[in-house]
Amino acid sequence: MSPLILPDPDRGVTSRRNDIVKQLKRLVPEATLIADEEGCRTFESDALTAYRCLPLAVVLPSSTEEVSAILRFCHENHVKVVPRGAGTSLAGGALPLEDAVVLCLSRMNKVIEIDPSNRVARVEAGLTNIAITEAASKHGFFYAPDPSSQIACTVGGNIATNSGGAHCLKYGVTVNNLLGVRMVMMDGEVVEFGGKHLDAPGYDFLPLITGSEGQLGVVTEATVRLLAAPEGSKPILIGFDSTEAAASCVAAIIAAGIVPVAIEFMDRPAIHVCEHFVPAGYPLDAEAALIVEVEGSEDEIEYLLEKIEDIARDFLPTSLRRSQSPEETALIWKGRKAAFGAIGQISDYICMDGVIPLSQLPKALDEIGWICRKYRFDVANIFHAGDGNLHPLILYNANDSVQLERVELCGGEILKLCVELGGCLTGEHGVGIEKRELMYEQFTDEDIDQQVRIKEEFDPSWLLNPGKVFPIEGRDAQRMRSIELTDLGPEVEAGVDVAIEAELAEGHEVP
Amino acid sequence: MTGSMRLGFHAPETEEELAALVFEAAETRTPLEIMGKGTKRELGHPVGAGAVVSSEGISGISLYEPTELVMVAKAGTALAEIEAKLAENEQELPFEPVDLAPILGYAPGDGTIGGVIATNISGSRRILKGAARDHVLGIRAVNGRGEVIKAGGRVMKNVTGYDIGRTLAGSWGTLAMMTEISLKVLPAQRETRTILCFGLTDQTAVEALCIAMGTPYEVSGALHIHADLAARLSDEEIAGAENPVTAVRVENFPSSARYRANSLRQALLAYSPALELDGERSEAFWNDIRTLKMFQDKPNPLWRVSTAPTQAAKLVGNLSRKIDARVVYDWSGGLIWIETPPLTDAGAVDIRRQLAELGGHATLIRADDETRAGIDVFQPLEPQHAILSAKLKHAFDPLGIFNPGRMYRDM
Repeated sequence: MSPLILPDPDRGVTSRRNDIVKQLKRLVPEATLIADEEGCRTFESDALTAYRCLPLAVVLPSSTEEVSAILRFCHENHVKVVPRGAGTSLAGGALPLEDAVVLCLSRMNKVIEIDPSNRVARVEAGLTNIAITEAASKHGFFYAPDPSSQIACTVGGNIATNSGGAHCLKYGVTVNNLLGVRMVMMDGEVVEFGGKHLDAPGYDFLPLITGSEGQLGVVTEATVRLLAAPEGSKPILIGFDSTEAAASCVAAIIAAGIVPVAIEFMDRPAIHVCEHFVPAGYPLDAEAALIVEVEGSEDEIEYLLEKIEDIARDFLPTSLRRSQSPEETALIWKGRKAAFGAIGQISDYICMDGVIPLSQLPKALDEIGWICRKYRFDVANIFHAGDGNLHPLILYNANDSVQLERVELCGGEILKLCVELGGCLTGEHGVGIEKRELMYEQFTDEDIDQQVRIKEEFDPSWLLNPGKVFPIEGRDAQRMRSIELTDLGPEVEAGVDVAIEAELAEGHEVP
Repeated sequence: MTGSMRLGFHAPETEEELAALVFEAAETRTPLEIMGKGTKRELGHPVGAGAVVSSEGISGISLYEPTELVMVAKAGTALAEIEAKLAENEQELPFEPVDLAPILGYAPGDGTIGGVIATNISGSRRILKGAARDHVLGIRAVNGRGEVIKAGGRVMKNVTGYDIGRTLAGSWGTLAMMTEISLKVLPAQRETRTILCFGLTDQTAVEALCIAMGTPYEVSGALHIHADLAARLSDEEIAGAENPVTAVRVENFPSSARYRANSLRQALLAYSPALELDGERSEAFWNDIRTLKMFQDKPNPLWRVSTAPTQAAKLVGNLSRKIDARVVYDWSGGLIWIETPPLTDAGAVDIRRQLAELGGHATLIRADDETRAGIDVFQPLEPQHAILSAKLKHAFDPLGIFNPGRMYRDM
């Protein structure tokens, strides 16, 4: 695997490990403290399991006051801190550092208040995403962002990566549904931003905090917007004999003035894997399928599905299937939501998260296919088509170090393609460590420097989740930049050549 | 220290020209007043800068993809131009920006999209569709060092780096000067219907509006307006009702709008819904609200207060015991427009005393220069927020070139 550059461990900190653990224990006696190797092992990676690192220690606080005490202590002792929720990040956002304390919020999982009149919920940051809707549903409300990891991922993690989900075409992502946070700054100071009102008194810090991957502060509580649950919803499953037809159909639906609550796209490999895993009646003869879901009363749903069917017919669908029952609806979504798991059953994969302008969809899928063939990987595409957020799953063998290195190059090339087509590197997973080095594909020196300056105002000592988001540690970016830029191109080429030679040597065919 | 930069009015025509100008201003420590067409110049503290920079020369729609729901426009593009272009494709800005131009003495639609985003003033539909800032997908801007920066992009989802675009929304030109904005747009609503109740007390009206918001009918306007202000609206029947008016709006394709209106009348039966507006009449009503028609004829001070809906009626009730306030509640009570008599402090002390107890914040939208110079136009910040705001300002504009004092005197 390619070596990962992380900030140099502070030997002054690692050598004082036992002392630091002892002091933390004394400082927050009620918090759970994990310092043994076996215990720390549980936290050595997030869902990007290719990268692992044992932290100095793990601490699980149960209150904002404890978080504050821990951060103040770490600040005074120059100990780095890696905030963590459920560890479902696919980008390595919660990867520990050797000289860092992992601050895991999962014990702070209370619903503080459901306020149906003002349509808000106040929750602790370690609460799971789905638990908000569970608590609000008895009042007829729900919390809109629904990442596919929603049964496990935490609200704090959602804020860190500005999580979206299948239904964000209509309802927006986390930043659009967050009204306030309680955040602890690296020096231990507790600050409230926002509240039950809908806009900010001065500068709006919420969008800055949302998506900042735990680098500006540690969010311990959040006030989120609740929405009235729709009367009903129903999906339609449409098969097409080309990805172009499916993509054109998406554009035509939106051009007709219809914004469905979700439009999910699956290509042939994804359809087959999912159908095999959960027999949901997906069209096995199709090259691409769309799940289009609409909401409202029965009449509204029928009206919209009628229109969508009319539009779809212009693109010669191979099949058109409206869900006939709640059971069938559940099954259709079960297949989609199980997709990553289903593909995980047959192969290791890495999941990309690039976004493209919708009009570039056919070209993007074509190019992705070409890139994967070049690197000799199978790929399955399953993603939120309405917003152009692609999730190509590149299938590879994680136990084969040559493949591992090659798959990273392949993924990097796909993300560069997304940027070239007018899109971006990551729609909802975050940059983490996975995509740091690609940031200059999208941004100029000035763009990155501006972000770095914000980080430095909030956390001048770079103690909070350093080594993530920015190409190596931001302060060193200037120094390292020239090396990165000149070396990246040839490195990619050489990497592919080496990989292909290795495959040839093993007697494999190379196209 | 002020150097040799030419003072007076500048309207660069390209981003590069603007960057060069700001760079020069930074070198010579020349403060700049930032504006679009200047329609909100009388809002905020007067900026004491010798040089004025307008974005109006940096204008035009750079990209519009109706099927992607995306428009990219230069910051100086007139709001009216953007809305006309969207209307050609039966699309709209979902946040229904409040047009402040008429109450500040300018023509409707005169402002720029840069001004709309820089002030983040969203209209009635904000409760359903989100604020102006929610629709910002990306920006290009010039920071206080004279560097061109960009953030976000032109796609719907983007967590690549910090969200600087939405952070600039509502920063009133004090952090960076935007040159281009990518916006999420949506199909226009085919039909709008409005259900009206008359004679409700403030408390009861807010209760009714919150009930309406709790229904699944996607209420896109939830308003309560005092009788003396309702009398200034265009609709003769409403203006002549001599009663406070409570209005709930639903939108969608025609059969759905009808269904939703009927369902809402049932849900609000206890509040005696008495009138339903449809078609142009319904649109005209909300256009009055969007252009603040009820505040156009009198030059009295006008406040915009943001609070939790359930605190709104209490806040106004307490305030009314101190001063003669005329009030419109929008966002089901979450937004309160308050017209106050021409007092020396425009009612600032009384309004902010209530907010200290009940939560929220107040901005003085309209008052004469003298009044604005004497009080805090924007909500005074808590010490922690003041420190963080100064840090954020420093990250973008370390020399304090942009709009000094516009929001806060020492920043």
